[in-house]
Amino acid sequence: MVGKTIKKWWPIFVLPTLAAFIIGFLWPFIWGIYLSFCKFTTVKDVQFVGFTNYTKIFIDDTFTRAFWLTVLFAIISSVLINVLAFLIALILTKGFKGTNVFRTIFFMPNLIGGIVLGYIWQTLLNGLLSKWGQPLLQLSAVNGFWGMIILLLWQQIGYMMIIYIAGLNNVSPDLIEAAQIDGATPSQILFKIKLPMIMPSITICTFLTLTNGFKLFDQNLSLTGGDPGKKSQLLALNIYDTFYGRSGPQWKGIGQAKAVLFFIIVVAIALVQLRATTSKEVQQ
Amino acid sequence: MTARNKRNGIIATVVLSIVCIAWVYPIVLILINALKQESAISTAGVFDLPNAGTFAGFSNFVASVTQMDFLKSFWYSVVISVTSVVLIMLCCSMCAWYIVRVNGKLSKALYYLCIFSMVVPFQMVMFTLAKTADTLNLNNPYNICIIYLGFGAGLAVFMFTGFVKGIPIEIEEAALIDGCSPLQTFFRILVPILKPTIISTAILEVMWVWNDYLLPTLVLDIKKYRTIPMAVQYFRGSFGHVQMGPMMASIMIDIIPIIVLYLICQKYIIEGVTAGAVKG
Repeated sequence: MVGKTIKKWWPIFVLPTLAAFIIGFLWPFIWGIYLSFCKFTTVKDVQFVGFTNYTKIFIDDTFTRAFWLTVLFAIISSVLINVLAFLIALILTKGFKGTNVFRTIFFMPNLIGGIVLGYIWQTLLNGLLSKWGQPLLQLSAVNGFWGMIILLLWQQIGYMMIIYIAGLNNVSPDLIEAAQIDGATPSQILFKIKLPMIMPSITICTFLTLTNGFKLFDQNLSLTGGDPGKKSQLLALNIYDTFYGRSGPQWKGIGQAKAVLFFIIVVAIALVQLRATTSKEVQQ
Repeated sequence: MTARNKRNGIIATVVLSIVCIAWVYPIVLILINALKQESAISTAGVFDLPNAGTFAGFSNFVASVTQMDFLKSFWYSVVISVTSVVLIMLCCSMCAWYIVRVNGKLSKALYYLCIFSMVVPFQMVMFTLAKTADTLNLNNPYNICIIYLGFGAGLAVFMFTGFVKGIPIEIEEAALIDGCSPLQTFFRILVPILKPTIISTAILEVMWVWNDYLLPTLVLDIKKYRTIPMAVQYFRGSFGHVQMGPMMASIMIDIIPIIVLYLICQKYIIEGVTAGAVKG
């Protein structure tokens, strides 16, 4: 009966969100797919060219290189973040003194935006590198890559830790006690009980870290700016650079085609990852 | 057994304390440099503490506020965050109630589109979104909240539908039978029940809008309006000589309100993160 009564009220309840959603997401999305098949510099000189943009993506190797760098980056960063966040969560759920203070501090970097984070770490890491006589972040793609990993660890471990703590606190103490009485060792309790029981948390955390790693933009822009010579560009920055950093009438179309490809890659990874880890979840 | 536990506890506390000091060190480092004179800030010398000769007091903070027009940026960031998040909370909670209670094609389609929009990378829509905003005159800090409503709807609708599903429908039925209009039912019955969720979701959205860089850069006119992340990138990323002292000070001005806010509503922030993840 509630449904029937409010159904005709949709202009008040749904229309504002729907209209903004169409303006802010749906229309730009559909238009973006269309433009990926066009050559354009502004919206006024659009010329349909079919799949040409898609073949021209590989006209230089920046996209392929950015793709493999992003894959490597997303995998390394999510493995490190999840392992470290889980370890910290394990220690913090043991009920030692000062747990709340530690939790507060570990979570804090999450609130700082990517651009500002990038400059904080640029100051710190370049200081260290020049002390050690190593090339600075913007001069060495390897240093830039690991710099971004360190930055992302600092930013995201706290967030994932919170999720793991919530997961670990939900594991029933009875279950662990029963295992202890049956003579399970601490490592057996960890691997045979705690890990399977917090599989939902692992699913969501790997999902978040993988997609965050893949979509990373702000931190990349401010920490290395893609230097040296675009060698530390991740995919999102490569697309942005194709759009706004290059002159020539063909680049906007190619950039849009890259963006569509990027979107397909992100959705595919999200689906594969969700299927792979949800299948390991146990029912309580 | 207990003695061993106690020892382990002490070891864990010591190790974690050291890690925590390392954790806040990057921010402390920026603060140290914000208090130094311009000439004393060099790439390798960032670790030196300011001494009597190089201590600059708050002059860098003053310079950052006056030269970089930082107060204006601060104002734009506040306006955009507040209007966007208030709008998102109001519209999306209403929309979520409708989606849950009305079984129809519109509800279903909107729900799945919202989930879909959360996965799509921003680069996919950045160019067309900026053009749409220009055409509709949404390219200033006072109207950009419409764009944020559209782009932030995914997360908010998703969170709210998750919670509305758990509210017993009988309460709403009783209110409607007693003569409440749907709007009264929503504001008098649902909003109070949803209050904790609204706070959690609002915090997640504020964190996003306040720190967002690319969307306002592409939508707003960078010569007229700069939010804080835009201002930081504009001054640091522009060519020529960068004044490092005011730069460090402006980073601190950006971080300090966030940290203060965090320490005040820590409980809600952590609940929001957990709720968002569990529902997700």
